[in-house]
Amino acid sequence: MIMMDNSYNAVMARKNNIMRKSVGIDYDKYEQDYLSFDYEKMLKDCNFSLSEIKKIQLENGVGNTPLKECKNITKLARKVAKKGYGARIFIKDEALNDSGSFKARRASISCYQAKKLGYKGVIAATSGNYGAAVASQAAKYGLKCIIVQECYDSQGIGQPEIIEKARACEAYGAEVVQLSVGPELFYKFLLLLEETEYFNASLYTPYGIMGIESLGAELVEDSINLTGKEPDMVVVTNAGGGNLTGTARGIKKVTDKNIEIVGSSVNLKGLHMASDTDFNKKSFTTGHTGFGIPFIMNPDRSDVPRSAARALRYIDRYVTVNQGEVFFITEALAVLEGIERGPAGNTSLAAAFSLAQELKEDQIIVVQETEYTSAGKHHQAQLAFARKNGINIYFGNPQEEIPGKSIVFPDNIRKIKAKDLNLETIKRKYIINHLNGYKTISRKDIEFLAIETNSSAKFVKEIVQKNNIKVEE
Amino acid sequence: MIKKDSWVLIEKEILSPNERSNNLPEETKKVPLIMWVKGYLLNDSNLNEIVKVKTLTGRIESGKLKQVNPAYMHTYGEFIPELLKIDQIVKSELKDGDDNDG
Repeated sequence: MIMMDNSYNAVMARKNNIMRKSVGIDYDKYEQDYLSFDYEKMLKDCNFSLSEIKKIQLENGVGNTPLKECKNITKLARKVAKKGYGARIFIKDEALNDSGSFKARRASISCYQAKKLGYKGVIAATSGNYGAAVASQAAKYGLKCIIVQECYDSQGIGQPEIIEKARACEAYGAEVVQLSVGPELFYKFLLLLEETEYFNASLYTPYGIMGIESLGAELVEDSINLTGKEPDMVVVTNAGGGNLTGTARGIKKVTDKNIEIVGSSVNLKGLHMASDTDFNKKSFTTGHTGFGIPFIMNPDRSDVPRSAARALRYIDRYVTVNQGEVFFITEALAVLEGIERGPAGNTSLAAAFSLAQELKEDQIIVVQETEYTSAGKHHQAQLAFARKNGINIYFGNPQEEIPGKSIVFPDNIRKIKAKDLNLETIKRKYIINHLNGYKTISRKDIEFLAIETNSSAKFVKEIVQKNNIKVEE
Repeated sequence: MIKKDSWVLIEKEILSPNERSNNLPEETKKVPLIMWVKGYLLNDSNLNEIVKVKTLTGRIESGKLKQVNPAYMHTYGEFIPELLKIDQIVKSELKDGDDNDG
């Protein structure tokens, strides 16, 4: 046997080869011109129809979760809204999937595919609910499973909600490999893929995205069943972009109505995601801007060559909410609606409470997920951990909150305000990032960038000209 | 002495500070990347010795022996009384409204 060079640089240099073997997709064949690739063909070639996805999921404890009207939270929003305003707020109770979150939808298709292709096991790099989801689905298919987590700081102090997710993975029979803070998690992940030859159940393959299309489709059907109407707005918690991409695609498969797709992230501005010392100052480990912003600007920073999660194609509006607001609405959901759920999944509910006030009373707003809660993964646990780490927790104006220093609960429900990010600026930055390093591009590249940013060829051309890049005739 | 075949947790340095990626904040760059993994102990050993374990997927990993029968000790943490105040705020808003409506 040849001894492999397993140094950091040597392993990173073999990345593409390891990846190709571990997902069974030849990404090279979708590359086009200078910077484009054929996104739709990449998804289409995976060959799953919406009805097949639904069938696989229903046979495996996933999907058909109830859509529930939050009548008291709606009533609360109407106390604050102008007369005649305050849309009906519904939540899709995704916590009821096996393993407790919408991530089961993504895992179900990845594990189905791994089994079909004859892999002996699956590996996923995730500190979130996706770990438990993959572990749960792998158990059903008799696949071995390894979950790689970023869990502790260098002192061995762990994030409560990640520790709980490790327990959940182990409860479903998975092996959990835990690491201290740092993006080199990817290095250990590659080594494990190479050693085991398991399937890479990445969140960002077409399987990881198509699995969520059923959620988008269901919420439209549920809304029609309950109210006789399609929703007017759907609010999606945004991190890596997969949740938003899959949900929006699913919606578009079942309706032509122009439903507004709003992404929502917890504002963690100022905290560095690769910082050993900032790690335990966060009270949210997912659904936050630390993932949301970099991934929307550069989706291909993920663990596959071309990510199928491309939020900028589908997002109509992007808002942030603060940690104190999300904890507040999580508590309100429990005491007003009798539904106790995990805080991260309620990021979009906090936003919806604010956004509902812009819509009329007869309009429908759907919050498309909830997640399970338990020791560690509970707002009480996260707040206790924050207080222990010296975070100042108080009532006041949540807009004053400084991530890593304070958590501010609104002292009045009128102070819960979703804050808009400027999508046009994000689109510009996306285009500039993608043009970086090119002196010439093609017409097709311009079309591609227009689709990627849901803008127009004119918008892209202006930026191309400004950057003195030549366009081939 | 910890018996062979015990279920244990080990700790291992995966990358020393000078082997880490260049693109890191200072505070991360100066500490090693550490791994923790559980498995069955392959030989009788003492705590803090370098040992080998067989993990649940049958892989062999080596590292420093840290715990036997590692337990889940995470909780709901110290009570946060502010949550009760949130309950009061949202309930009283709804109640006021009802009075007005009536």
